[in-house]
Amino acid sequence: MFRFIFKRLFFSLPLLLGITFLTFLFIQIAPGDFLNKLRLNPQISSQTIEIYEQKFHLDKPFITQYAYWLKNIFKGDFGYSFSYRASVVKIIKSRALNTFILSLSSLLFTWVFVIPLGVVAALNRNKFADRLLSFFSYIGISVPSFFLAFILLYFATFSGWLPLGGMRSIRFDEFSFLGKILDIGKHLIIPTVVLSLGSICALGRIMRANLLEVLGSTYILGAKARGLSNRRILYVHALKNALNPMITIFGYQFSALLSGAALVEIIIGWPGLGMVMLEAVQAQDLYLVMGSVLVGGAFLIMGNLVADIMLAYFDPRIRYER
Amino acid sequence: MKSRLGNSVLVVLGVLYLLVMFAPFFSPYSYDQDDVLNSYSPPTKIHFLNIREQQVGLFIYGHSFEVDDYYRRIYSEDKTKIYPINFFVKGFKYKVLGLLETDRHLFGVREGKVFLLGADLKGRDIFSRVLYGGRISLSIGLIGATISFVIGLLVGGASGYFGGKVDNLLMRLCEMVMMVPSFYLMLALRASFPPNLSSAQVYFLIVVILSFIGWASTARIIRGMAISLRENDYIYAAKACGLGHFKIIVRHILPHTLSYAVVAIVLSIPAYILGEAALSLLGLGIQEPQASWGNLLSGAMGIVNIRLYPWILTPGLFILVTVICFNVLGETLRDKLDPKRKIM
Repeated sequence: MFRFIFKRLFFSLPLLLGITFLTFLFIQIAPGDFLNKLRLNPQISSQTIEIYEQKFHLDKPFITQYAYWLKNIFKGDFGYSFSYRASVVKIIKSRALNTFILSLSSLLFTWVFVIPLGVVAALNRNKFADRLLSFFSYIGISVPSFFLAFILLYFATFSGWLPLGGMRSIRFDEFSFLGKILDIGKHLIIPTVVLSLGSICALGRIMRANLLEVLGSTYILGAKARGLSNRRILYVHALKNALNPMITIFGYQFSALLSGAALVEIIIGWPGLGMVMLEAVQAQDLYLVMGSVLVGGAFLIMGNLVADIMLAYFDPRIRYER
Repeated sequence: MKSRLGNSVLVVLGVLYLLVMFAPFFSPYSYDQDDVLNSYSPPTKIHFLNIREQQVGLFIYGHSFEVDDYYRRIYSEDKTKIYPINFFVKGFKYKVLGLLETDRHLFGVREGKVFLLGADLKGRDIFSRVLYGGRISLSIGLIGATISFVIGLLVGGASGYFGGKVDNLLMRLCEMVMMVPSFYLMLALRASFPPNLSSAQVYFLIVVILSFIGWASTARIIRGMAISLRENDYIYAAKACGLGHFKIIVRHILPHTLSYAVVAIVLSIPAYILGEAALSLLGLGIQEPQASWGNLLSGAMGIVNIRLYPWILTPGLFILVTVICFNVLGETLRDKLDPKRKIM
């Protein structure tokens, strides 16, 4: 198992390298850079800009710049953000944590609903409850996240107590520890629902299909023939096997969430990686873009790895060592 | 039941495409015709009967506004002014499908203004802008999905057919594209082009960006199919006859993946529509005064605007309906073409 994990991590390094190189290339192709803005600012002398250029090797050819950036990464230095005037590590660290919190809460919210809904739909196959669920799941799968976010924000303006975007209240610092958690939790509600709805609907349908497939198999028939109660068959035998394929999805979904949350973050105003990325792209803040792409890619790799490991752990038929 | 649903979404999609193809005919105003006096004018109520004035038939009342304490405009109907809605009225000049010049529109009013879905900040008719914007949103889905599928088919076919080093190289490339979070990739790609491009250039750019993201997953699946197909006798026969590799892939391998490809193209169209909408929503895509369903929603980025002028969200409904239609259509097609995969 450890060999497998090691191998996977080792092989993902060139992928990360390729991605960052491509991003670097794309940004360098774009006309202008962040220093252009500084050059236009009469308060900043040309010496300062030269110092900047030398410090970050911006006067060197593109390949050298990339090499310097890469070298610094291994030292734990992700570079300097020109627009925030702070080190990239510092900005990304707090933002990545926020994205992580949001992804985790959406994940929990999703799976609390997926399994019961899938079971209910499968057990009432082609009856009213199933039809109703599948009707709503069609809409849920199709509704664009940004549109759902707008709609929920619209209703939130009437409710009065749901916060309208952001992550913390203005008086956050005055709250007690418990109050702080509650405050963030309250802010989490809208983005969590927005991010979860689509996957609840999509995964609920998969769960339903899985369970139906398992329920139609011969060992369930055998269990019935041996006189096991329906409840025991469902919860002990069928559910366990139906959940197995879902475990992979669980891992992949986590990595997809970490990157997919970006647009919702921007609309809701959740200070996560997506917001940073957009701001960085708009300001042509080279190192900040590179940093967020790198962290986003790393998240994705980790998520996929966790998915594979979990699958091997839960399904004894799968072994990675050969 | 499934196929009836499929037929009805086909009708809905047909109506949508007709509406946007003949957008100038169906829209009472041009997409960039602004009117400061009607900034954020709510949807116009359409009436049928006014007994006192003895008016029968579709008509609207004139409207005027007062400015309240918060400098908000409160629009109200002026019941003394009655403007009948006319059909096939004269309006702005346009060319039908770029050929025939005319100035007839399906409906309109000679005086006053009719806003079916309200007006935006600059007093432009949202209904007209939705129809014009649909031209971009609806075509980008078709073009983008087709382009990325052609790439995906060729790469996947070659990868599976040749195997070995070619396969390894192409698949690592696929993984790389698939691994970058798509939203980040979209932003990074957009960042590599100057922000002030013309609308046509941006349109082309968005198609390229979205296709660049989308081809990889297709390629992987087609590769899997091609691997199993290449061992067939007829492939060996084709080789023995001296057919070139490219011709074997295109003529003998890819046609077998067609039923999968058609379903997957239809199911992937929403992703392109949503991708364009997301880019335009953030101000990185189609620019004002050009309309697209995404940038029509960008007015809703301010929470105050949503609360005060909820009708600016209506373009989102068009996106929703289109996406639902393509999803249903794709699943219906899948059931038809590939009955084995049907979910019980």
